[in-house]
Amino acid sequence: MNIFNIIEEIEKADPEVYSRMDSRRHAFKSLGSIGKKTALAAIPFALGSVFQKAYGQSNSMVLEVLNFALKLEYLERNFYTQALAASGLITDGTARAAIEKIQMHEAAHVDLLIATIQSLNGTPISEPTFNFGKNFPDWNTNYQTFLTLAQAFEDTGVRAYKGQAPNLINNDTVLTAALQIHSVEARHAAHIRRMRGNLGWIVGAGDNSNVPAGAQPVYAGEDNLMQGGINDVSTVGDGYSTAIATGAFDEPLTKEQVAQIVSLFE
Amino acid sequence: MKKLQEQPSEKGDNSSIELLGPMQRRKFFRYAGATAAATTLLLAFTSCNDDDDEMMPTDPETVDLGSGDTGILNYAYALEQLEAAYYAEVVARSLNMFNQTEQQIMQDLKGHEGIHRDFLKAALGSAAIPDLEVDFSAVNFNDKNSILTTARTFEDLGVAAYNGAGKLLEDAGLLTLAGKIVSVEARHAAVIRDLIQNGTFSDTANSQGLDPAMMPTDVLQAAAPFIKTKISANNLPQ
Repeated sequence: MNIFNIIEEIEKADPEVYSRMDSRRHAFKSLGSIGKKTALAAIPFALGSVFQKAYGQSNSMVLEVLNFALKLEYLERNFYTQALAASGLITDGTARAAIEKIQMHEAAHVDLLIATIQSLNGTPISEPTFNFGKNFPDWNTNYQTFLTLAQAFEDTGVRAYKGQAPNLINNDTVLTAALQIHSVEARHAAHIRRMRGNLGWIVGAGDNSNVPAGAQPVYAGEDNLMQGGINDVSTVGDGYSTAIATGAFDEPLTKEQVAQIVSLFE
Repeated sequence: MKKLQEQPSEKGDNSSIELLGPMQRRKFFRYAGATAAATTLLLAFTSCNDDDDEMMPTDPETVDLGSGDTGILNYAYALEQLEAAYYAEVVARSLNMFNQTEQQIMQDLKGHEGIHRDFLKAALGSAAIPDLEVDFSAVNFNDKNSILTTARTFEDLGVAAYNGAGKLLEDAGLLTLAGKIVSVEARHAAVIRDLIQNGTFSDTANSQGLDPAMMPTDVLQAAAPFIKTKISANNLPQ
């Protein structure tokens, strides 16, 4: 059976097959994230490989992004779990409750990412060994150092998810879940920043973020003023200060930038 | 635009174009956009307007958001208009009710929402919907709690709206742009929530640690009491 016969057969069963194939995005939509696997299993290899060529790359990209996110979530979960266990580190009741809440979310993100990767027939990475004291030796004895790292991790998380969203554009279900995590990380970031007496938002390249030199890569590029086709977004309307123009937009980080930040703790 | 084009885009993968059959002009621009340095937002919008051919007729009094990515940006623009108008009102009428830190927060929120609104308007150009008429009569601007709880409604709604609309966008660059805004809305939401009750910053998240994602119809219904202008989302992507 050659491929044209197969497509003909499918056309008989599904006259809209061509319109379904008008973009990979819509193909994903109609097949669904789980249904896609089933559909692939049910059709002959030849057509499967056509689908694989058209859609397969984005599926492996989705898995790559999910494992990338999983590493960050492992890092955050591990960090807060250890911090909550460190005696005398987080003594204030209100602060402790906030950190417990954040830890719970990060743990839920780890579970969700593992389950999603498995549902897409991927293999979740195992938890790496982190060394939070590598560059910040007093992280689990000095409350301020702990909070500084927490802020850095949350702001990094926000920027990392944002950087990967375009790679998920063909899978609506995974994209939406990633966005739903992304905004929760931003809420965490804002709260931790306020716990440190900072504004909840990032002004300039870390101008108001109060981190030591080693953590500066977390804020690289946050002073960007170019949005969409507008070279200096502060010129729109009646004009805005640089602080407002940079604070109003969070910037994405590339995978490489995130890897560099994470390497400070491996 | 350089920034947008640096985003890795699955849709820039040319290997499968032949499989897709006749390509609509809109899609061509999506592929071309990944490599063509001269592509501008304006061009993307112009091409999106091709979708307008099948627009459903609407009441002339009603503002139609439009279709495709343009429609989604107009939807965001409508919400940002609402938020910007709200904080402008708060700063104009109620600033002295807040302590110094809170005053800066309110000024920053006014600035951020203002620039979101003005930026989207500039980016949309001639495709932008007109100015909306807002209605804040339900808010007591002499009551801090009324001001903050309304702000919480707007910020949480904004986050859920962007989270839900992300999947409706076709253009990866615009998805990044929306992402740049939504996390700032989430920061606002967290700070406002903490001002109402410290520690409630992320109480919107469910047991899986996920914030809500709402579809345009539900969002506009929730925002309707604050917007006098009738808005139609009938032509937005589903």
